[in-house]
Amino acid sequence: MTAIQLKTGAPGARILGFGDYRPRRRVTNDELSQVMDTNDEWIQSRVGIAERRWASDDETLVEMATAAGGKALAASGLAPDEVDMVVLATASLEYPIPGIGPQVAHRLGIPRPGAFDLNAGCAGFCYSLEMASNAVRAGTARNVLVVGAERLSDVTDQTDRATAVIFADGAGAVVVGASDEPGIGPVAWGSDGDQYSAIEMVAGNGGKMIMAGQAVYRWATTKLTAALEEAMAAAGVGPEDIDVFAPHQANLRIIESMHKRLGFPERTVVARDIVTTGNTSAASIPLALSALLESGQAKSGDLALVLGYGAGLTFAGQVLRLP
Amino acid sequence: MSEDIQAGLAEILEEVAGVAPADATPEKSFTEDLDVDSLSMVEIATEVENKFGVAIPDDELANIKTVGDAITYITNNRG
Repeated sequence: MTAIQLKTGAPGARILGFGDYRPRRRVTNDELSQVMDTNDEWIQSRVGIAERRWASDDETLVEMATAAGGKALAASGLAPDEVDMVVLATASLEYPIPGIGPQVAHRLGIPRPGAFDLNAGCAGFCYSLEMASNAVRAGTARNVLVVGAERLSDVTDQTDRATAVIFADGAGAVVVGASDEPGIGPVAWGSDGDQYSAIEMVAGNGGKMIMAGQAVYRWATTKLTAALEEAMAAAGVGPEDIDVFAPHQANLRIIESMHKRLGFPERTVVARDIVTTGNTSAASIPLALSALLESGQAKSGDLALVLGYGAGLTFAGQVLRLP
Repeated sequence: MSEDIQAGLAEILEEVAGVAPADATPEKSFTEDLDVDSLSMVEIATEVENKFGVAIPDDELANIKTVGDAITYITNNRG
């Protein structure tokens, strides 16, 4: 009997570079107050958002994903033909067929990669990062482009103050490649499918998103601390080692609550990109980390703790070494 | 008994929402009088469970309007 051969992978995987795309149009709380019963004070105190970006017609999901992916490729120093796999994390496709991963790869000149979309709601980026890390370590791909891209303004009722003030648009990307020293820790992930209806798009709501805000808030502030602790323990680090805490930018109060519970040292930088970007679902973590690296608040070699969580309900967290 | 619960609840209210303990009296409405919003109510429910071992699910939480409602709920559901 002939045995099936396997490929030999890399000892570890790491992020080689980040890229981002923020839509041009800034939407302030005052602008939203003119079309719905809300105000700046209400929004800032409930979710901590001062303004968000909404995409214009020409800023399609594919355009934004391609722009962010191109920047990540450039930052990684790789040529397109060195990428063997593209994972596109999104939950806001206008139509589900076809997925846009192959098209984004094509636009970037990546020749015939394994390419697909991944929908794990706001946890999509961290789920995709785990796929990428595993592919590099298994020898499936030399390098993987991971993009989180969303146009949540398309799937949000823009007069519903429970969701319109929160959800926003944008794209963030990373290239994952081989490394001797692991730069992506083991994932701590899971799902709570009994709460499938806490965040959903339903025909009865015109196909727009509805969210049980209190239920999601309770889940995030009580159940997810364990996932963050598990991600750190699996990577062999503790809160004192974390330089950057960048959870999904869902709600500033959830970020602050998690931060308080985990007991990081004073020096730990906390991502608060939500204040000017809103909640961009699968794009929020790479957008937040890109901003921190760009501003110099985070630097190469820093250890970052990330956690994506959202519709499903799903969650996934990792410890990362920043490029 | 109910005094203990009221005092414990007042501590939670102070920590979660900055309510002065003297203001946490039974007739006060969380949202109208004490300026506690819906997300802070969730945090209060979490702390009540930690302190008194009484879980308050979302549908029950919706019926708790006043400090007195919360005291009654905790009293009735305490093991």
